Amino acid sequence: MRQAVVSGAPGTNLSPEESAVVSLPQEPDLHIFAAIVENKFGVLARIAGLFSRRGFNIFSLAVAPTADPSYSRITIVVDVHNTDVNQIAKQLDKLVNVINISELHPSDSLERELMLARVGAADLEAVTDVISEYGGEVLDHADGEAIVSVSAHPDRLDRCERQLRPFGLHVLQRTGRIALRALDADEPAVGMTA
Amino acid sequence: MELTGAQALMRSLEMSGVEVMFGLPGGAILPVYDPVLDSPIRHVLVRHEQGAGHMAQGYAHVTGKPGVAMVTSGPAATNIVTPLCDAFMDSIPMVVVTGQVAMSAIGSDAFQECDTTGITMAVTKHNYLVTDPADIPRIVAEAFHIATTGRPGPVLIDLPKDVSNATMDWYWPDGVDLPGYRPRHEIDPAAIAEAARLIRTAERPVIYAGGGLLKARAAEALRELAEMCDIHVVTTLMARGVFPDRHRLCLGMPGMHGNYTAVTAMQQADLLINLGARFDDRVTGNPAHFAPAAKVIHVDIDPAEHGKVRVPDVPVAGDAKVAIEALIEALRPGDGSSVTDAMADRSVWKSTVSGWQEQYPLSYDQPSSGHPLKPQYVVEQLRDHTPDDTIVVAGVGQHQMWASQFWQFDHPYTWVNSGGLGTMGFAVPAAIGAKVGRPDRTVWAIDGDGCFQMTAQELISASAENIPVKVGILNNAYLGMVRQWQELFYAERYSEVYLSADHPDYVGWAEAMGCVGIRVESAEEVVPAITKANAVNDRPVVIDFRVDTEEKVYPMVPAGGSNDDIILGPEGDADAALKGSAPS
Ligand SMILES: Cc1ncc(C[n+]2csc(CCOP(=O)(O)OP(=O)(O)O)c2C)c(N)n1
Ligand SMILES: [Mg+2]
Repeated sequence: MRQAVVSGAPGTNLSPEESAVVSLPQEPDLHIFAAIVENKFGVLARIAGLFSRRGFNIFSLAVAPTADPSYSRITIVVDVHNTDVNQIAKQLDKLVNVINISELHPSDSLERELMLARVGAADLEAVTDVISEYGGEVLDHADGEAIVSVSAHPDRLDRCERQLRPFGLHVLQRTGRIALRALDADEPAVGMTA
Repeated sequence: MELTGAQALMRSLEMSGVEVMFGLPGGAILPVYDPVLDSPIRHVLVRHEQGAGHMAQGYAHVTGKPGVAMVTSGPAATNIVTPLCDAFMDSIPMVVVTGQVAMSAIGSDAFQECDTTGITMAVTKHNYLVTDPADIPRIVAEAFHIATTGRPGPVLIDLPKDVSNATMDWYWPDGVDLPGYRPRHEIDPAAIAEAARLIRTAERPVIYAGGGLLKARAAEALRELAEMCDIHVVTTLMARGVFPDRHRLCLGMPGMHGNYTAVTAMQQADLLINLGARFDDRVTGNPAHFAPAAKVIHVDIDPAEHGKVRVPDVPVAGDAKVAIEALIEALRPGDGSSVTDAMADRSVWKSTVSGWQEQYPLSYDQPSSGHPLKPQYVVEQLRDHTPDDTIVVAGVGQHQMWASQFWQFDHPYTWVNSGGLGTMGFAVPAAIGAKVGRPDRTVWAIDGDGCFQMTAQELISASAENIPVKVGILNNAYLGMVRQWQELFYAERYSEVYLSADHPDYVGWAEAMGCVGIRVESAEEVVPAITKANAVNDRPVVIDFRVDTEEKVYPMVPAGGSNDDIILGPEGDADAALKGSAPS
């Protein structure tokens, strides 16, 4: 079960004395942040630490160096169910190693995620059919099992995953989403570019 | 010029303008302690690393300059975590250098290795692990820049022993290049205009003055704004002294143990002008019931404070002094007429506020026979028998609240306390640091008996270094604040709060530490003891004031309660028990 520490968060009417670990039965409310950070030792720990001590929920996280290897680009998907989105951006922005941070709205962003899975493939043809429907490929097969790879919008990956389940989903690894602002999207606010 | 990393560190501290540092050596920091001998920087040897951190804080509080502490690795680094957290909560500029095991040993659980940067990440504004001696000048310059700009805070530099021993070519950087650090915010003129409009139309405005005003050195600007607009000012625990208590517009301290008028004026305001405060829960009580009718202008240099607790109607991001000056400019009429002519009629509100002040002053009752001695009486006598600009340093507990309530603060930077973290043991070392920073001033610590026992050993450092601080212990034989909660909310079931007035023998202990020790048991003895203490200037003085064990701090808003439920005195205790939630 997902849990969040609610600590006097805006709109919750809770004083710190009343703060508690509460369970969240609701659907997650996911927001995407893109941050450019200095590619230095410990930066990821600073970000993870900030999220945990402020009670922000990381849903997924993807990090890799940018074209300039002295910086990394981090895509963080956050469940903002009990948190003010602005607080997350402003607190992240205070970290000295964070160069800038912006929120990416799904409507004007392009999102992708990569999935690798080891699935039952007694019927390899059927598995191949599903995978090719999503533009993926079968990377390996032996002894009634296959390893498949699909890159797609995360929602499409969810559907692909559901379709693979009946074959037997033995190992599943998804990378968490990455995203870029679409070319025709409006420029974000000053100081908050990514 | 070739220097060792250790020499480069000391040289970098000198280049950063450091005059005093507080610390204690050990294995991993040994290389740096050698050039300490040759440095013009004064080093104060402490008896426990927590003391070094709080001394650096006390120094920073009263001078406005960053406090500096240096300790070794492992247990010394963990000993200074509390002051780091305290400085982080109260936005105190501080630079702490810790020794670390050699780079080659990091990660091997070497002797006195601990993950200092990992441990302190959550309690510093930023921290560094130095991996190359050539980085030392740059990192030190950055550390001081980060500690002192924007919202100030503590920065830690972890220095492995082999990096201290290796050599580098000395240089001093021209400036700092921190692309991700943007502490300055231009004041938005539209926000100022809107704030000015709200101020003009408000009928029940209150200025909510916070500790940020002291950091911004904005006391004079605040006074000009308040007088020009004729608006009352409350000063939070962190802001005591930023606006003179004796000023006709001063309402004193709000919050859990604030006075009735300050609490109620905020609660009933139609406009709160928050200048450098952060809607701390000790001020707001339950935020859902706090100042329900008030529009909010919130000036803060840290934009993350806007909307963290209360969503402001007008957020102003930037330096408080610059913002206040812009507000004054925006409010000043071009035709030379009086500003207040352009404002809403506040006569009803003014008379309501002065009615509260008359009806509900802070009060206590000192029986004339002299027994039992009331702690508030001691604070008042200290206030009246010390110089006007005396620096007062408090521990945490009832005595802290009485000190804040009954002292009269008329100057900025005369009050030093641990507000956000509430660190028992803060007073003695912070007072020593304050005295080092302002040797020209009389420095009195008003401490609790429980607090005193946590860090009293630093009085040995003070005796050894001739730092003549004065400590008044309000010895109520209890962890008094906890006792108060147990009395009110746990049916007088006193669990683990009794300390005894006699053990330790505070006078004997003070003398053993090289201080003058004085015991006071009755009201008649108070003033003579203070006079005697004030006359001592070559060593610290400790007065053991034996005060009433049963005295409680009033007024009181039960934790998590609404400020409307303020309890004025013992008559309200039954209500308190009903309304209160679990103490913290
Ligand atoms: C390091 C630390 N431990 C525990 C507490 C909880 N606490 C707050 S006030 C207090 C009692 C303080 O006792 P004393 O110094 O005698 O002051 P008094 O309240 O009696 O004036 C305690 C235990 C704290 N604030 N800090
Ligand atoms: Mg006590």
